[in-house]
Amino acid sequence: MGLLSDPVRRRALARLVLRLNAPLCVLSYAAGVAWFLALAFPPLTQRTYMSENAMGSTMVEEQFAGGDRARGLARDFAAHRRKSGALPVAWLERTMRSVGLEVYTQSFSRRLPFPDETHERYMVSGTNVYGILRAPRAASTESLVLTVPCGPDSTNSQAVGLLLALAAHFRGQIYWAKDIIFLVTEQDLLGTEAWLEAYHDVNVTGMQSSPLQGRAGAIQAAVALELSSDVVTSLDVAVEGLNGQLPNLDLLNLFQTFCQKGGLLCTLQGKQASGRPHGPHGLFLRYRVEALTIRGINSFRQYKYDLVAVGKALEGVFRKLNHLLERLHQSFFFYLLPALSRFVSIGLYMPAAGFLLLVLGLKALELWMQLHEAGVGPEEPRGATGPSPPVLPAQSVGLASLVAPLLISQAMGLALYILPVLSQHVATQHFPVAEAEAVVLTLLAIYAAGLALPHSTQRVVSAQAPDRGWMALKLVALIYLALQLACITLTNFSLGFLLAATMVPAAALTTPSGPRPVYAALLVLTSPAATLLGSLFLWRELQEAPLSLAEGWQLFLAALAQGVLEHHTYGALLFPLLALGLYPCWLLFWNVLFWK
Amino acid sequence: MVASCFLSRGLTALAGLLLFSFGSLAASQIEDQAEQFFRSGHTNNWAVLVCTSRFWFNYRHVANTLSVYRSVKRLGIPDSHIVLMLADDMACNPRNPKPATVFSHKNMELNVYGDDVEVDYRSYEVTVENFLRVLTGRIPPSTPRSKRLLSDDRSNILIYMTGHGGNGFLKFQDSEEITNIELADAFEQMWQKRRYNELLFIIDTCQGASMYERFYSPNIMALASSQVGEDSLSHQPDPAIGVHLMDRYTFYVLEFLEEINPASQTNMNDLFQVCPRSLCVSTPGHRTDLFQRDPKNVLITDFFGSVRKVEITTETISLQPDLEIMENRYEKDWMNEELMEPLKYAEQLPVAQIIHQKPKLKDWHPPGGFILGLWALIIMVFFKTYGIKHMKFIF
Repeated sequence: MGLLSDPVRRRALARLVLRLNAPLCVLSYAAGVAWFLALAFPPLTQRTYMSENAMGSTMVEEQFAGGDRARGLARDFAAHRRKSGALPVAWLERTMRSVGLEVYTQSFSRRLPFPDETHERYMVSGTNVYGILRAPRAASTESLVLTVPCGPDSTNSQAVGLLLALAAHFRGQIYWAKDIIFLVTEQDLLGTEAWLEAYHDVNVTGMQSSPLQGRAGAIQAAVALELSSDVVTSLDVAVEGLNGQLPNLDLLNLFQTFCQKGGLLCTLQGKQASGRPHGPHGLFLRYRVEALTIRGINSFRQYKYDLVAVGKALEGVFRKLNHLLERLHQSFFFYLLPALSRFVSIGLYMPAAGFLLLVLGLKALELWMQLHEAGVGPEEPRGATGPSPPVLPAQSVGLASLVAPLLISQAMGLALYILPVLSQHVATQHFPVAEAEAVVLTLLAIYAAGLALPHSTQRVVSAQAPDRGWMALKLVALIYLALQLACITLTNFSLGFLLAATMVPAAALTTPSGPRPVYAALLVLTSPAATLLGSLFLWRELQEAPLSLAEGWQLFLAALAQGVLEHHTYGALLFPLLALGLYPCWLLFWNVLFWK
Repeated sequence: MVASCFLSRGLTALAGLLLFSFGSLAASQIEDQAEQFFRSGHTNNWAVLVCTSRFWFNYRHVANTLSVYRSVKRLGIPDSHIVLMLADDMACNPRNPKPATVFSHKNMELNVYGDDVEVDYRSYEVTVENFLRVLTGRIPPSTPRSKRLLSDDRSNILIYMTGHGGNGFLKFQDSEEITNIELADAFEQMWQKRRYNELLFIIDTCQGASMYERFYSPNIMALASSQVGEDSLSHQPDPAIGVHLMDRYTFYVLEFLEEINPASQTNMNDLFQVCPRSLCVSTPGHRTDLFQRDPKNVLITDFFGSVRKVEITTETISLQPDLEIMENRYEKDWMNEELMEPLKYAEQLPVAQIIHQKPKLKDWHPPGGFILGLWALIIMVFFKTYGIKHMKFIF
């Protein structure tokens, strides 16, 4: 019977693909990196603009003048806090009530999986205090939130003072159509997470918190404020949230227009790849509440702004948010911000990652063709280079030899995910280390143990591992990696692009033939842990505070501990992604490299 | 003696002549005035003022409509003759920092929402269906009087519409639209039911001129704030309230109307000049080809005011049917009758194109002769087969 496809044409096509593969891969990778670098320039970047019609083009005039009151309240708060050591709940309640809000408190507690060395806490408990300003003439169906996180190491007292002064000012206005919640949380982000979970009646992270007595409707937007001094020289805006989620661009545009109106200097801090919530706003995003964190920075600049200027900007933002009729949905949810007033939308930055993943696709295609050329059989006089095995046994052995490495790699990943936290007590009994150190060191130990795998894997699989087996394994590994990187890039572009840029060349190049030490070094250097280490150094370089090796190592260990902790406390996905997804994939490549 | 006699006679003749001339002059003046009394054909005025958009950021549309309402009321049209339709309540919106007010000038100079604003159609009652029912009079019997347009064939109607619009449509309440064709057909229905004498249609939206392109009924004059392809712009941004308070075109129309009093003789040509491109940025347009009278003879108060004409005279006026006026009137009626035949106008879609309807499937019956012939055939075949002798049993 006739064949459905022309074998001659297919063979010609296959030969063409195989011949052009290497240059195409290099070209694609270069195109990806070049596209990413070109994102900083127009026409790929555009100026930001307000998309939401309800927030309109007219500015509102701000009348906040409570600077002195804010400073006084801040001093009181700081004094009370020093006296009590924790959040002065009674004082806050009294003050909020005197301002005219409905005041409620919420207590929460959580036992961390292992003690947090950076913040020195293990059993965390605290109280959140929040006051609700009811809209005078509207039903309490929607609300806005102004939150100030207070932690053991960041007192944030000026922010609390400003919050209370703003609450007093807002209480005197009659044009509010939404309720405003003024929230002061304890223990930084843990308190915010507890409040959010209780507000939305979910339990995502295992926090124990008392239910909320007072509620105010669906939250439309939230602003978090962190101020540590009476005067600021600039306001730093953090947009990235948990797992790289971003608020609607309109919120940032709104804040930026008020910065421009008041002549404030506003800067942008960017660090999406770590997937950490960089402020309380990051936790709000999970509930689809658009949120920003604003940090006041006092550096050595000439022009300083006092609390009144910051208060006016916040008043303007809230008044404009008051005009909203629906949730912010007109502007972009996925974007990159080269600067505060410029953005790149997802349609324009995705091709960069697409080109990088194309390399993996091309490589996979090449391997597929090679595998099938080898299996074409006796009709092909010019078969594969080397002895061509018979078709059927090759395939069956191929499959069997795939399953073992896959299973073992996934098992290693699982061990990496579960064991460190589970076995910390065992470790502390036998070794003179603290729990946090035990966790981190166990992590590293299991990670390094993975490097020794190929020797053990080879012993498990039958000695008759054919030469072609590594191709099938690499094919599977390439597809697996491409899938994972594609999914990561969609939600957290920075992380995805970073991982792709480092892992793709190593993954594409890995073969058992060829200079093994070189490939081994390359693969180790581009493994997820090493990427983390490298990016830490790079980040500090960019911040103009370079690290020495020892410092860098310490920071690296601390970052690892933080990653594990944040996964358990907030549900951050970086740790499980790396442990259960990318690390097994990387191990597969390591296996391919050491294929005998 | 003879000279004085002549002189006195001459004097009396002169006096008589003068008196006569004065009298005739006076009489002709009064007759002129009497003629002018019946110059325009209307005896009552109505106004239909429509604001079609809701939400707080459309504050300016409500302010537009309320400004026109204020002028129209000031010039004499009573609330019973005004149908005011406002799609949203800005005065009591929780976002209004000055509740129970709607301002049309920034710095809160002019509050157009006073104590005596009567809104007839409010909030969700402002729909395309209700608007068309008001215009055409097809209203359910339970509708209160204040919601009806009880106009007759001697009514001059002012229709003012504002909101968001586009090329050929006007948006109602963010959920439906009225097209220019629907509006033109509604006006034609009004004409055929003799619901107006003359109609002034003003629209302040983006691309407003597209809304009057399709009119084909007589005695309609139309004004729009912008041409097709242009946007009408807002005016008066007020930072204390946080929205724009008015649209440019209506703002300048309001300024123009503030100078009109019930005795003004300002005519429509002046209204056409309001808001030139330098002030309005868009180009206002107007359409007068369907209107019988010359716009320069049409007073603003013919539409915006309800002027009760009162002329006090101590003379007797013989209202003789002036043949010329009668002829004019007959001509007018005849012209009206002529106009009742369909006008030839450019690019009007034929009904078959507008209304896509499948022809109704009537049941098909075969023609009568056919049936008769068929029966004859059957009978003949029967008798042929079974013999003629059966015939006596049948017939």
